[in-house]
Amino acid sequence: MKFMNIIKIAIIAITRNKMRSFLTILGIVIGVAAVIAMLAIGYGSNNSIRETISSMGTNLINVRPVSPNSSGVRRSSSATQTLKVKDVTYLQNNSKLIDAISPELDGSGQVVYGSNNWPTRIYSGNEDYLHIKKYEVASGRVFTSKEIKTAAKVCLIGQTIIDNIFGDEDPIGKVIRFEKIPFTVIGTLTEKGDNTFGQDQDDMMLAPYTTVMKRIYRQTYLRAVVLSAKSEDSIDITTAEVTKLLRLSHKLKDSEEDDFEIKTQEELISNFSSVSEMMLVLLGSIAAISLVVGGIGIMNVMYMSVTERTREIGLRMALGGKSRDVLKQFLFEALLLSVLGGIIGILVGILASVIVEHVLGWPVLVTTNSILLSFLFCTFIGVFFGWYPARKASALNPIEALRHE
Amino acid sequence: MNNQEIIKIIDMHKNYIVGDQKIRALDGINLSVPKGDFVAIMGSSGSGKSTLLNILGCLDLPSSGDYILDGVNVKTLNKNKLADIRNQKLGFVFQSYNLLPRTTALENVELPLLYNRLVSNAERRERAEEALISVGLKDRMKHLSSQMSGGQQQRVAIARSVVSNPVVIFADEATGNLDTRTSYEIMALFQELNNKGMTICFVTHEPDIAAFTKHSIVIQDGRIVEDRSNPNSQNIVDSLAKTTEDKSNH
Repeated sequence: MKFMNIIKIAIIAITRNKMRSFLTILGIVIGVAAVIAMLAIGYGSNNSIRETISSMGTNLINVRPVSPNSSGVRRSSSATQTLKVKDVTYLQNNSKLIDAISPELDGSGQVVYGSNNWPTRIYSGNEDYLHIKKYEVASGRVFTSKEIKTAAKVCLIGQTIIDNIFGDEDPIGKVIRFEKIPFTVIGTLTEKGDNTFGQDQDDMMLAPYTTVMKRIYRQTYLRAVVLSAKSEDSIDITTAEVTKLLRLSHKLKDSEEDDFEIKTQEELISNFSSVSEMMLVLLGSIAAISLVVGGIGIMNVMYMSVTERTREIGLRMALGGKSRDVLKQFLFEALLLSVLGGIIGILVGILASVIVEHVLGWPVLVTTNSILLSFLFCTFIGVFFGWYPARKASALNPIEALRHE
Repeated sequence: MNNQEIIKIIDMHKNYIVGDQKIRALDGINLSVPKGDFVAIMGSSGSGKSTLLNILGCLDLPSSGDYILDGVNVKTLNKNKLADIRNQKLGFVFQSYNLLPRTTALENVELPLLYNRLVSNAERRERAEEALISVGLKDRMKHLSSQMSGGQQQRVAIARSVVSNPVVIFADEATGNLDTRTSYEIMALFQELNNKGMTICFVTHEPDIAAFTKHSIVIQDGRIVEDRSNPNSQNIVDSLAKTTEDKSNH
């Protein structure tokens, strides 16, 4: 029999029983829609975490101090005093792979301007800090190396601070106080918005690290060293080099553990991704189970349909239909039902994702992969669950089938 | 004469094994049906006429003996070849019509041609329409089978049986579910087809229906006990007129 005729016969059979066909495919529709929507939500959150971390700079490498585990008691990294400015200088002088490097200190405090005040966070570094952390100057300028050397009381501020203590006033040249120390505002930072973790990336002020070290915290050690590799590909070798140089700088013996810890953005991404990927697998499998249940629904209906249409099958065979024609017809009917369910399910799933995005404000991402995956999966389900009923139909004896009541 | 024989059966036996018992459903049948014949196969239930019809219709194979259909010995064919024979050389009309439910008359008539690779879509449609016109259902092509009376449904079934231009039509109690008048109308259709040269084998247990055929055989216990031609077969048109008269007298 011609393939087109099989399609025609299957379509006629399906449209002959519209309500039942609809109820049959409903399981598949829900299953596919669930897969699409779940994957969209999963990928969406994954993607937005990735974007947030990337926006901090994909080449970024963070070095934080850790206390060696010698005494058996680990202290928090902020209390550990192993990272010094001389480490930064040592790395600057000896590394061939580092693109830029800066010391980092940060802390919270109240910023005051006139009668307005606002709780915020102060970050500090050298003149390369903005480049490493992917911040941009909106107006004004960055501090100079001379200002760093002299621990000048200058700062750049983010948009949130401007909104809260300056209002419409131009902040450049004004003096604000942080922890009772007056800072002259020399620049503002370009707005970055909230990141995925809900953190306001504009609620910050930035000052030379010398100023923060000497004038605010009066300490000689650093909270962290931030540096950037020349490219994403060279992150691993740069990390290795920095580890080697820091061990030299700290004069660690081979038997001693590192007294610092290096985290790359890639690791940060994979930390968060592993959580969201686990969620993705979990959500995906629940959705896949509903697809399988939908497939069993198709099998059930096809099986009933074979019994119900025994006479029809006998008639088709009497009129010249071969066993393989009947097999193809029923297999194709099952396939058509599941593919139809799949297509409707994909549309419903996309619609559901869009609704989730707009109503709940969650980030969603419908990928071609998830569409392809669920489409292939329901095609497979159609063939898999359609096979047995179709075999049963094709194995009927036409004489007995025609006599069937 | 030999090439004019559509059906030739030589010493055919068909046995079934039920438990340890061997049942001889057909026990040495010899039969010859020439082209253009209209033969009634009669017999009580259990006589073996259904078994014979199944073998004649290429749905079953004999245990021994030969069945030559239109010059082809059916015994040598496999399942798929038998399906092709049924599709291209045979037409079937059943007692209970066996139309596809919720399907139009036209689609029902097209059904056998769907299983024939050589027929194009356009030709299929055209031949199905012609067949429906020839059974007097020109205005009902798009009607669903469930929207038609028994007589109309059987007409659709007859159109379906002739659409593939078969060499012989097998009708199994084709008037069994119909009232007398409609039965006669259906027989008139069969006579008309026969007059155009179609060979028809008509299984029935009603002698008055058999009276309209040219040739009748009676089967009993798997053997043909009577095989006679019916030179003064009644013309259906007279009988139809008579039923109309009966009705008006009442």
